[in-house]
Amino acid sequence: MTITRRSLIKRSSALALALSTPAIFRPSSARAQPWISKNGTIKLGVLFSQSGPLAVVENDSTQVVLFAIDEINANGGVAGMQVEPVVIDAKSDVKVYSEKISQLILSDRVISTIGGYTSASRRAVAPFVMARDHLFYYPTCYEGRECTQNVICTGPLANQHSQDLIPFMVQNFGKRVYFVGSNYIWPKESNKVARVWLEKVGGEVLGEDYVPIGGSEFAPIFNKIRQANPDFIFSTLIGDSDVAMHKQFLSEGFKADKMPIASLTTGEIEVRAMGAEAGAGHFLSAPYFQALDTPTNNRFVEKYLGSKYGGGGVTHYNMEETYLAVYFWKAGLEKALAQTGDIEAITPRMIRDASGGVTIGDEISPEGKVWIDPDNFNMWLRPKIGQCQGDGQFKIIKVADQHVGPNPFEIYPDRGVCKADGLHTPAGAIQKGVL
Amino acid sequence: MSVTDFWTPFELNSFLNALFIGLSIASIWLIAAVGLTIIYGTMGVINMAHGELIMLGAYTTYVLQTFFYIPFLLCLPLVFIIVSIFGLFIERTIIRRLYNRPLDTLLATWGLSLILIQGVRVIFGTAPKYVSIPSWLNFQVSLGFLHLPGFRLFIILATAALIFATWYIAYRTTWGIRVRAVMADPDMASSFGIDSNRIYSITFAYGAGLAGVAGALFGGLKTLLPDMGSGYIVEAFLVVVVGGTQLLGSIFSSIILGELASIFSYFTNDTFARFVLFTLIVIFLRFRPQGLITEGMKRR
Repeated sequence: MTITRRSLIKRSSALALALSTPAIFRPSSARAQPWISKNGTIKLGVLFSQSGPLAVVENDSTQVVLFAIDEINANGGVAGMQVEPVVIDAKSDVKVYSEKISQLILSDRVISTIGGYTSASRRAVAPFVMARDHLFYYPTCYEGRECTQNVICTGPLANQHSQDLIPFMVQNFGKRVYFVGSNYIWPKESNKVARVWLEKVGGEVLGEDYVPIGGSEFAPIFNKIRQANPDFIFSTLIGDSDVAMHKQFLSEGFKADKMPIASLTTGEIEVRAMGAEAGAGHFLSAPYFQALDTPTNNRFVEKYLGSKYGGGGVTHYNMEETYLAVYFWKAGLEKALAQTGDIEAITPRMIRDASGGVTIGDEISPEGKVWIDPDNFNMWLRPKIGQCQGDGQFKIIKVADQHVGPNPFEIYPDRGVCKADGLHTPAGAIQKGVL
Repeated sequence: MSVTDFWTPFELNSFLNALFIGLSIASIWLIAAVGLTIIYGTMGVINMAHGELIMLGAYTTYVLQTFFYIPFLLCLPLVFIIVSIFGLFIERTIIRRLYNRPLDTLLATWGLSLILIQGVRVIFGTAPKYVSIPSWLNFQVSLGFLHLPGFRLFIILATAALIFATWYIAYRTTWGIRVRAVMADPDMASSFGIDSNRIYSITFAYGAGLAGVAGALFGGLKTLLPDMGSGYIVEAFLVVVVGGTQLLGSIFSSIILGELASIFSYFTNDTFARFVLFTLIVIFLRFRPQGLITEGMKRR
């Protein structure tokens, strides 16, 4: 038999098909090996950066997950089993995130993973999580516009913080705004949304600038800000750059009472890093502040800072949302177990499906009662606005009267409505795994 | 996005200030690059661990400040001495064995940079550290159009002082004559009784010390992290590559690059400025791969 070019193509494509087939059947073969085995522990992936520019924030994320797991294990674990964290350092590098999520799923065989602080990392991880029908908890604020069946987010969406913050700032300081952000998807998308809120109250964007993640050269931007002379700065900088910008704001001679920075990210941990002097007077919209005076939060702050994980010295919104993610995971797992009755039969996807509507009450949640939206699997919460004080703590100035529901497609109504089974488009189709 | 969103409208005062900011950026790039220039120019060693020497300088400042309560100004000479001793040590143990093997030096110094990053991570942990700058540097220069934070002015002056010192040593001392002789032709220099190995050691130590001082200064601008050096190494290499391997070339190239970076980011934005700058550098190197100013011909 001679090999012609055509037969080669045919045969090689048949070979390729044969090779790819096992991957198609992998979910069913995986059933033979349970995600949780009765005699072992329950493995939970913990994927945050412990080094690099994002470590300023994400260090605490790892710590608080370990703290929450200790707390859960001390209280009898989940369904009588101990939880075992599998901790990986993602090194502030999106490539490491996507590489390590596969390792967590395929080789460590964790039941779920909690991780990420930037949307870049969530987007690096999501395709792998969806391909394995696994479950990923993303525990901080983000831009929305996603509708996947494998990610649960425990932070606020754009309609749960900037929609509140922008009108507040315009009312109190003026309509002329300068946007500064880190150069990746979340700040760009957040600024796009912020423009919409700003237009609604008659505001004006004087300029929009981005620096690379970890970038610390703000002199050219402050020069332009001085020329534009805005009423306030809207910042979506993250980590290291956020700290550098606030410090340079001060050293450039700007004053927080004349031109405050309104941020979605500058919380207690960033202020601690930059020094309270550089943080004082600026504003943050978040669902949680360390200064929140409730019995649960006071207990949480005292217990966390007194534990071996509390070396960071403060609690902050990102950390609290990460803490909630662990408890949401526990609640979801217990609900899934109640539905199936067999812990070895539980798959990551079952936990996700069971999590719709799961509530964490005042007695556990430091920010107060929160629950997971049964349609889009983001969180219902009460947005708050705080102003940083001279001691590095925030004074809470405004608390929403009632819970605000998440709407990932708030400024994209034409895209459709996100439901549990996918994005319902206006044309009547259902799109799955919309990133 | 309309055109006016992208292009900043021209305003003379702000533009003039942008030129000063360019100078400030140039001073930062230059001080990051000068140690690299000297080491590469004299020894032909491409030191991939240069960024980590900067990082060591920053961490040394942090240690001196936090544990020994030494004032910032005094830290600068101390950091210079400490990091040059460290430089001397790595020259004696690693670099010396790899002369005439440029590719191996590249690998060895890169390996060294990884060791240093991990070593600092093990010792100091991954939590960011901060160097505090003295309060008398917390002033602003505001003269009409000019707005410059005091600390940046301090960096410009410190860079100028270090460059002057380096120039003086290289061109006005006997040791400098020896260094330049070794640069021009090591074999010929040896035949005149110059111990080129000794020159190499001291030059490397001096270059390392300069990197250390750069790190001490950057500590006041930036968060200290074990991998902070990698952020400066790119800019330092750009300055060296564009400038050629001479001190004068590095001065010119850092000023040109700093000013271009500042002017582009004034008219457009920071991200676009980088893109334009890197593109221009690639085009420049296509037509002048040897850089702005090159060594004079060897006289034979």
